[in-house]
Amino acid sequence: MDVFNLLMQGFATALTPMNLMYACIGVLLGTAVGVLPGIGPAMAIALLLPVTYNLGPTSSMIMFAGVYYGGMYGGSTTSILLNTPGESSTVITAIEGHKMAKAGRAAQALATAAIGSFVAGTIGTALLATLAPFVVKFAVSLGPSSYLSIMVLGLLTVTAVLGSSKVRGFASLGLGLAIGLVGMDPVSGQQRLVFGIPLLSDGIDIVVVAVAIFAVGEALWIAAHLRRNKTETIPVGQPWMGKKDWQRSWKPWLRGTAFGFPFGAMPAGGAEVPTFLSYVTEKKLSKHPEEFGHGAIEGVAGPEAANNASAAGTLTPLLALGLPTNATAGVMLAALMQFGIQPGPLLFENEPLLVWALIASLFIGNTLLLLINLPMAPLWAKLLRIPRPYLYAGILFFATLGAYAVNMQAFDLVLLLVLGALGFAMRRYGLPILPLIIGLILGPRIEGQLRKSLQLSGGDFSGLFNEPVAIVVYILVAVLLALPVFIRLWRKYGPQKPSTLHLEDQVRA
Amino acid sequence: MSQKTDAGTPASKGRSELGIAALLGAAGAVVLVDASRIAAPYSQTDVVGPRTMPIIIGALLLVSAAALAINVLRGGRGQAEEGEDVDLTHPADWKTVLPLVGAFVLNILLIDAAGWVISGTLLFWGSVWALGSRHYIRDGLISLGLALATFYGFYFGLGIKLPAGILAGVL
Repeated sequence: MDVFNLLMQGFATALTPMNLMYACIGVLLGTAVGVLPGIGPAMAIALLLPVTYNLGPTSSMIMFAGVYYGGMYGGSTTSILLNTPGESSTVITAIEGHKMAKAGRAAQALATAAIGSFVAGTIGTALLATLAPFVVKFAVSLGPSSYLSIMVLGLLTVTAVLGSSKVRGFASLGLGLAIGLVGMDPVSGQQRLVFGIPLLSDGIDIVVVAVAIFAVGEALWIAAHLRRNKTETIPVGQPWMGKKDWQRSWKPWLRGTAFGFPFGAMPAGGAEVPTFLSYVTEKKLSKHPEEFGHGAIEGVAGPEAANNASAAGTLTPLLALGLPTNATAGVMLAALMQFGIQPGPLLFENEPLLVWALIASLFIGNTLLLLINLPMAPLWAKLLRIPRPYLYAGILFFATLGAYAVNMQAFDLVLLLVLGALGFAMRRYGLPILPLIIGLILGPRIEGQLRKSLQLSGGDFSGLFNEPVAIVVYILVAVLLALPVFIRLWRKYGPQKPSTLHLEDQVRA
Repeated sequence: MSQKTDAGTPASKGRSELGIAALLGAAGAVVLVDASRIAAPYSQTDVVGPRTMPIIIGALLLVSAAALAINVLRGGRGQAEEGEDVDLTHPADWKTVLPLVGAFVLNILLIDAAGWVISGTLLFWGSVWALGSRHYIRDGLISLGLALATFYGFYFGLGIKLPAGILAGVL
């Protein structure tokens, strides 16, 4: 039981008073940013990055993990009470949960969401703890060419599979990769995209880019389209569930977890697809299908569990391979690199204390979240009343402060504004943010692995395909890229079929 | 999941999105020109060299620029991002955004000379005003409080010395 011992060691680290305090701060902040409109966990972690310089990696990562999980709890509260989901992964919760709230069952909707998130988060974290070491064992045997292929797969799937427009995804990816080029090439010492500005020769700090794109861009975008009429929040009491609600909830929780974890762990799984799948499944299996669309508790329990389990799944490739698959994981990876920690399979070997304390803190954070969310939901809902000028001025204020504190240079604030304007334009014209961030983070590492593989093969291109894993992954990439073309041809020329694949239509129906 | 670009976004944007394509094209050109400038002697230990990635990325940007331009000309439109506080039924409100950017620029100009306490106060106060709050005195007090709290919080809590500027002796 090596893993068990390591995990116990992790608990010992995570349960020290200091780390426990950071876990508490993390889940409180996370729930707050999840509830607040306009801020998500990715932005919150980006804003916290400069502040955590002096904290040390373990405490910081524990806090970030709390923010990550907390953001999801808070997000479900907003979507149930407000019916305006902030993220695509809570769209389903908003549909069914808000109907429940309107029918006077807000308390039950919040309860099944919170308890379901707890169940899914705990099972998901347990799966992470058991699976990640196996992935690592497999991954340490891989050479640079295999890594290169896996990172290419991660980049392309994030770009081409998620999001509604591939063209715009690739455009965003290109911008991210280009920003990643700025600075001195680590191998040859040549300057790239520096334009003779000495302040650029160290490259653009990932913190500055992340804060600019997530915080400044978002604040400016919302300011330009600020909702002036007040949205209505449904008043809510103490969340609770009756015996019948429990009976109807526990199976959807487990099924949602089963959908969520594997999708989260895949390079392009995300949380959207499993929440849709969970919803459709619950609708099919329910004894009360007529309630769906009018506030069925299964339609909240399943998707919420799927959402949280996918978050735990996302951490598997992040910790075991150094491969981020969503924005929050990307910023967490940037945080690790800030502390000079090399992400990748060696992380488990080099930083066992950090990794296992992080995993242990996920269990702790999940429990804390259940404890603070069940009794305090009405209090959290009050956060929605914060005057919007203060909220968005505050985001700009702390974004400026954070970006400045990294290097104490007013020049970074100029970059912040320019990249913030880019973030604004991207939101306006539907360029997804995720490919830019992942491209920025993975671009330099992909270049490193490319050079390493070709150096080992003496410049022979066969060096890129010298491992079976690399070949398999490239075939997968080819299939993923070709699949949409085939589907389109099939729709055009293939036999007419009832549209069973149209999840969105089913949900709306 | 497929090419569903226009989701009935209100305030039809015409073809201003071509500007994004132009931006991408310009970025691609800059990356390629910069790459051509790099003198990279062939070396046995670094066969790939510092130019390969920029060339790939520049090409990617140029291809995306062209593809986006074609997409827009064929009637494709990017879907503006929605959110809890975002109301897309009215067009972009520049009367809010420009003063916000103004407050931001003012902070950049003042932060080193006047110090964070002054520039931060003006930044928050200006932003709140731009966003529509008209409680001048309350907003001013909150702004000053935030700037002072972050100044001392960073100093004592994190050991980060934000610039004190002209208040150097006072704070």
